[in-house]
Amino acid sequence: MSARGSDVAPRSLTPRSDTIMNSTNHTLTSLASLLAAGEASAVELATDYLARIAALNPSLNAYVSVDAAKTLAEAAAADAARAAGAAGFLTGVPLAYKDIFCQQGWKTSCGSKMLDNFVAPYDAHVVEKCRAAGLVSLGRTNMDEFAMGSSNENSFYGAVKNPWDLAAIPGGSSGGSAAAVAARLAPAALGTDTGGSIRQPASHCGITGIKPTYGVVSRFGMVAYASSLDQGGPMAQTAEDCAQLMNVIAGFDERDSTSLERAAEDYTRELGQPLGGLKVGLPREYFADGLSGDVASVIENAVNELKKLGAEVVEVSLPNTELSIPAYYVIAPAEASSNLSRYDGVRYGHRAAEYGDLTEMYEKTRAEGFGSEVKRRILVGTYVLSHGYYDAYYLKAQKIRRLIAGDFQRAFGDCDVILGPVAPTAAFNLGEKSGDPVQMYLSDVYTLSVNLAGLPAMSVPAGFAANGRPVGLQIIGNYFSEAKMLNVAHQFQLATDWHTRAPAL
Amino acid sequence: MKWEVVIGLEVHVQLSTKSKIFSGASTAFGAAPNTQTAVVDIALPGALPVMNRAAVDKAVRLGLALDATVNRKSIFARKNYFYPDLPKGYQISQFELPIVEHGKLSIQVGDAEKVIRVTRAHLEEDAGKSLHEDFHGATGIDLNRAGTPLLEVVSEPDMRSPEEAVAYARALYTLVTWLGICDGNMQEGSFRVDANVSVRPEGQTEFGTRREIKNLNSFRFLQQAIEAEIQWQIETLEDGGRVQQATVLFDPDRGETRAMRSKEDAHDYRYFPDPDLLPLVVSEALIESIKADMPELPGQMKARFIADYGLSAYDASLLTAGRAIAAYFEAVAKATGQGKLAANWVNGELAARLNRDGLDIAACPISAERLAGLVARIADNTLSSKLAKQVFDALWESELSADAIIERDGLKQVSDVGAIEKMVEEAIAANPKAVEEFRAGKEKALNALAGQVMKASRGKANPAQVQEILRAKLA
Repeated sequence: MSARGSDVAPRSLTPRSDTIMNSTNHTLTSLASLLAAGEASAVELATDYLARIAALNPSLNAYVSVDAAKTLAEAAAADAARAAGAAGFLTGVPLAYKDIFCQQGWKTSCGSKMLDNFVAPYDAHVVEKCRAAGLVSLGRTNMDEFAMGSSNENSFYGAVKNPWDLAAIPGGSSGGSAAAVAARLAPAALGTDTGGSIRQPASHCGITGIKPTYGVVSRFGMVAYASSLDQGGPMAQTAEDCAQLMNVIAGFDERDSTSLERAAEDYTRELGQPLGGLKVGLPREYFADGLSGDVASVIENAVNELKKLGAEVVEVSLPNTELSIPAYYVIAPAEASSNLSRYDGVRYGHRAAEYGDLTEMYEKTRAEGFGSEVKRRILVGTYVLSHGYYDAYYLKAQKIRRLIAGDFQRAFGDCDVILGPVAPTAAFNLGEKSGDPVQMYLSDVYTLSVNLAGLPAMSVPAGFAANGRPVGLQIIGNYFSEAKMLNVAHQFQLATDWHTRAPAL
Repeated sequence: MKWEVVIGLEVHVQLSTKSKIFSGASTAFGAAPNTQTAVVDIALPGALPVMNRAAVDKAVRLGLALDATVNRKSIFARKNYFYPDLPKGYQISQFELPIVEHGKLSIQVGDAEKVIRVTRAHLEEDAGKSLHEDFHGATGIDLNRAGTPLLEVVSEPDMRSPEEAVAYARALYTLVTWLGICDGNMQEGSFRVDANVSVRPEGQTEFGTRREIKNLNSFRFLQQAIEAEIQWQIETLEDGGRVQQATVLFDPDRGETRAMRSKEDAHDYRYFPDPDLLPLVVSEALIESIKADMPELPGQMKARFIADYGLSAYDASLLTAGRAIAAYFEAVAKATGQGKLAANWVNGELAARLNRDGLDIAACPISAERLAGLVARIADNTLSSKLAKQVFDALWESELSADAIIERDGLKQVSDVGAIEKMVEEAIAANPKAVEEFRAGKEKALNALAGQVMKASRGKANPAQVQEILRAKLA
């Protein structure tokens, strides 16, 4: 890549053959270095990524909205800021947003027909932060409708394909973000995780993603699915990149009452610490029936790698793990049924074309605007909150939630981080489970309990299954231990090269 | 059969905060539709509520004034239902654990005093407004009011007559305006009353089936609506019918209540704790600081007026119906040292005149200082009560002091013994027949003579002195 002045702004989307593979294969951190060294401009980077998106997105469907003019304008502004000496570390680096974050002037559809015509009039907190850091928006990534799904097959805009195998699901609900990073259509993306929606697609697409402690990243402007579980976080090639993005998006926001008022921290501060003496816990329930053999051996190898780095392994128990599925599928739909009541056709979004009266307007609008998984969860949620059922379902589920949080605290008495699989198998085939929602729900068993407890957790590329699809290692930390977890992942990535593997496209 | 009436009230008190309960948008009344709406108020995707602490302070203030329990931790819940002017599809309210519980409020009906128990007071947000006119078959939605902070104050079913219900509503109104937590503008909906009404045969312990009259925004309508409802329920029962639980509306033009929806159509609101809001914590420090900042309350002031000025409970309760009237009275009483007399004038002539002209005490043309000037002249016998009324009229119409009016109009009461004696002698000389009758034992004849003296003095003679001197001269 040649050094160019920031005043040179190529408007053509024709890929420059000498740079396309080079620039789009860089990590976020190395792109930042290229920009700082003047070896690339933000406009050049944006152009390269836009070209690659134009070339590959039709087959992957990772992005739902791309607006080259907006992206290039942001990139030009970033270059101007750099020329004026006002650049931060990430100024000019491109980033993709899951279609769940309100982004002023961009269609924010949340994967739903209901919001297909909704252009956000304001920025989510994290988008504001990213803009302020000079990150350049590449566009909006596909997702399961309202973040409900584990396969990204529930999008109004169609399923996302796994870049490693176009017959496979990319995972969900942040499947578009994961596929975009894996296919190098973005160096990094933001996702959200309500029951595994960052970690599971990260695992299935062979990238790194972290769901922070509940309350660390503001939910303001993030379209709500299940408010007490939703948390935004970064998805990137490396743990180091995730740490850099955590520095941008984490922090107190008075506009979110569940945002935690804590001193700002540097999530890169522990990167480079040796792992000697680190106690890693392996929950016996995570390695029992239901875990496929090839995923188990990938995790075993990863644990051995960490042992070589000085970690000490202990067995721990999370006895209520299985209960996380029914508890989650009561609490999340309950909150969702209420959160999604605002989509009534009155003020914005889809409204049925013809209706006789108010009730019919509601019924037709919502029948037309929502997909079947969303409807299923609204029905379940409405049912469990109904008079006479509330105690048996919602209150019982909240009690289980406390038991699960208690399990984790006991386990963290014996270890620093918990390791395990993210999902029982590598990515399954598109269409394989879409007819059986319960089978789909059961595949969330290793991720749900983390959200119920509000803990931070991440997925790190750790190998491949027999069918050649990626497998991630899950690292679960105690509250606010993101910096430590990111370093565990970083040390693992210094010793292995799984995170550098990219699908041939 | 004799029937007993049972009434409980739910009052929506709009808290006078500058911004909404969960957003920074203004609460000012009367702006162009949908101009006072933040992302939270329109319920845009991704919008989140943030508690307005000013609303909490006001709720705590009322809790303390009601001698209630202020819960150190209370919970916001979502009340789920669909309506076009409810933008989120749920109302944020408090359900299981409200901020205030177990209060009491004393009311005065005639000479009787009664304590009404307040079950709870909870914080919630108001909905927007649906506008059905001017839209040609469509409905307009104005969300300016959406998110306005309300404190819903719920009483026990402790009231036994429309008068008691009105007295309770008035006492609560006095309290919330006294504390400055509500602007009291009933026309704009700042104080709205729902009345739960039932009747039962006297002596029966179980309650009858109640109907809830919604959204009464004046004390007069409250009284009329309850009266109409009671009459309807008694007639229905006496005709062998049954009262079914229902929500009703009062039609003031026809003077009747009409069922809006029955229990069968009742919503299942699917309440659950709002995951967007943490439990509302009220610290000891906040409670202490609000306690330290509490004004003397109407109940305390009423007791003090009774003790310090020898007022009747009835008079004292009228004088503590508002902070302005209480301050007015007390200024007159203190300036003159004449509490009882001041109370009579404020509750009597002044109240009647304000009422006649539709004026509030704040707009009273006679300042407390000027009324005190009048009261002082009555107390020192300068003015008879008849002359005092004349001076009062002049005070109402002019800016002059009572003394200036007395001087200008020559209204000073004559208490000079010599002058009165002279007039008495003239009257005796001019009315031999009356003198004769009096001496024959006819008491009434003395009044005729006194009347002559008063007439001769053009009303200015001190009537007591006239009587006394007449008797002496005729003895």
